[in-house]
Amino acid sequence: MTHLTEDDCVLHYYGEAGDLRAAEAHLAECEACRLTFEELSKALQAMSDQDVPERGESYGAEVWARIQPKLEAPAMPPWPRRLTAFFTWPRLVTAGALASLLVAAFVAGRYWAGPAPTAPARAEATPAPTSVRERILLVAVGEHLDRSQMVLAELSNMDATGPVDISAEQDWARDLVASNRLYRQTAVRDGKTAVAGVLDELERVLVDIANGPSTASPADLDQLRDRLESQGIVFRVKVLNSQIKKDASRPLAAPAPSAL
Amino acid sequence: MDASDLAVVARVRAGDHDAFRHLVERHSRSVFRLAYRLTGREEDADDIVQETFLKAFRQLARFESRSSFATWLYRITVNCSHDLMRQRPRAGTRMSLDDPDQGASFQLADPSAAADPLRELSRRQIDARVRAAMRELSAQERSAFVMRHYEGLSIEEIGRVLDLRTSAAKHSIFRAVKKLRRSLEPLAGLES
Repeated sequence: MTHLTEDDCVLHYYGEAGDLRAAEAHLAECEACRLTFEELSKALQAMSDQDVPERGESYGAEVWARIQPKLEAPAMPPWPRRLTAFFTWPRLVTAGALASLLVAAFVAGRYWAGPAPTAPARAEATPAPTSVRERILLVAVGEHLDRSQMVLAELSNMDATGPVDISAEQDWARDLVASNRLYRQTAVRDGKTAVAGVLDELERVLVDIANGPSTASPADLDQLRDRLESQGIVFRVKVLNSQIKKDASRPLAAPAPSAL
Repeated sequence: MDASDLAVVARVRAGDHDAFRHLVERHSRSVFRLAYRLTGREEDADDIVQETFLKAFRQLARFESRSSFATWLYRITVNCSHDLMRQRPRAGTRMSLDDPDQGASFQLADPSAAADPLRELSRRQIDARVRAAMRELSAQERSAFVMRHYEGLSIEEIGRVLDLRTSAAKHSIFRAVKKLRRSLEPLAGLES
């Protein structure tokens, strides 16, 4: 086994090393690594001595007594409001995207499966699966960019005088991060570096929004606006989206070079 | 997954709001501990405990039982702590790592050593340095380290709490350990 790095030692200390036995065996025979591990262990153990003020057995009851009067809002609303709670923005958007994909797949499937009566030979010769795949992808990416623009616009246009709750936008951004990653990887795999670049920048912003605090101050929102403006992200997303929509609207039978 | 937590969540969702008391009583102390480790202030930690449970109650409809209730609660605690830390002015809370008074001559505390005044002094010095160094960590590094080192969550669980991939959670811990060790180096070096 090769020597243990400091990171390996950290994982070993916390019992999260991939191969615990191999690490143990190596530490038993390698003095240098053993020394490194011992120093690290000593430092981490020293940090463990930190005091935390005690809270007694009755602490939970005290907390409950303080918050109970504030729990007037129902945790689970009655069914009409439950319906509106179910149809949150991220869910609606995801449902919309799925519906669009189904429609796109249906339309593309008709093009692919149904050769035109006047030109059956041509339809058979067309490399249809590639075009269909591309069309579906273009539609999906277009929808994704629409949704991304919406969430960025929503945050940019917030006119806050104090801290505002952005947890709904964060949920939305979280959903978008997962799909963005997929599209970016596809763009990279297909050699569309410009598209991958825009998606990469978009992903960084979405990740920061998703992982940030659920409350934003006016200063935070200003900072976000400055960042979006200085990097031109919204503009670049718009340009890419417009290009993609143009490509997606071209006839399937004669595919033109596309953005994705 | 703690089945009893889920049963209580189901009761609260069905309209039995008083059942939420069981969740508060069960998790308050661990939420306080985490909040205190993240903020370093007792009064802030108490406020965060309240805020966390209020948010949890109001957002209970959003809770999906894919993760445990405790993990979800930790996520809210971390977010509340981050919010509070961002609002708090840092200037007054910072402590210089180069302050000679903070780095008296002693070796890193050996936990096996018998308790004595020198050891207690060492422990306090290390404690002060660790607290100062913790404030220098990014929010993500601090949260990941606290949950791994003090709360014993696995790296995978930490990833779920912070909404990070496991590799990203792991690297946050690595960075935190490196920075914290660096802050303690002067103490070990002075002895040798």
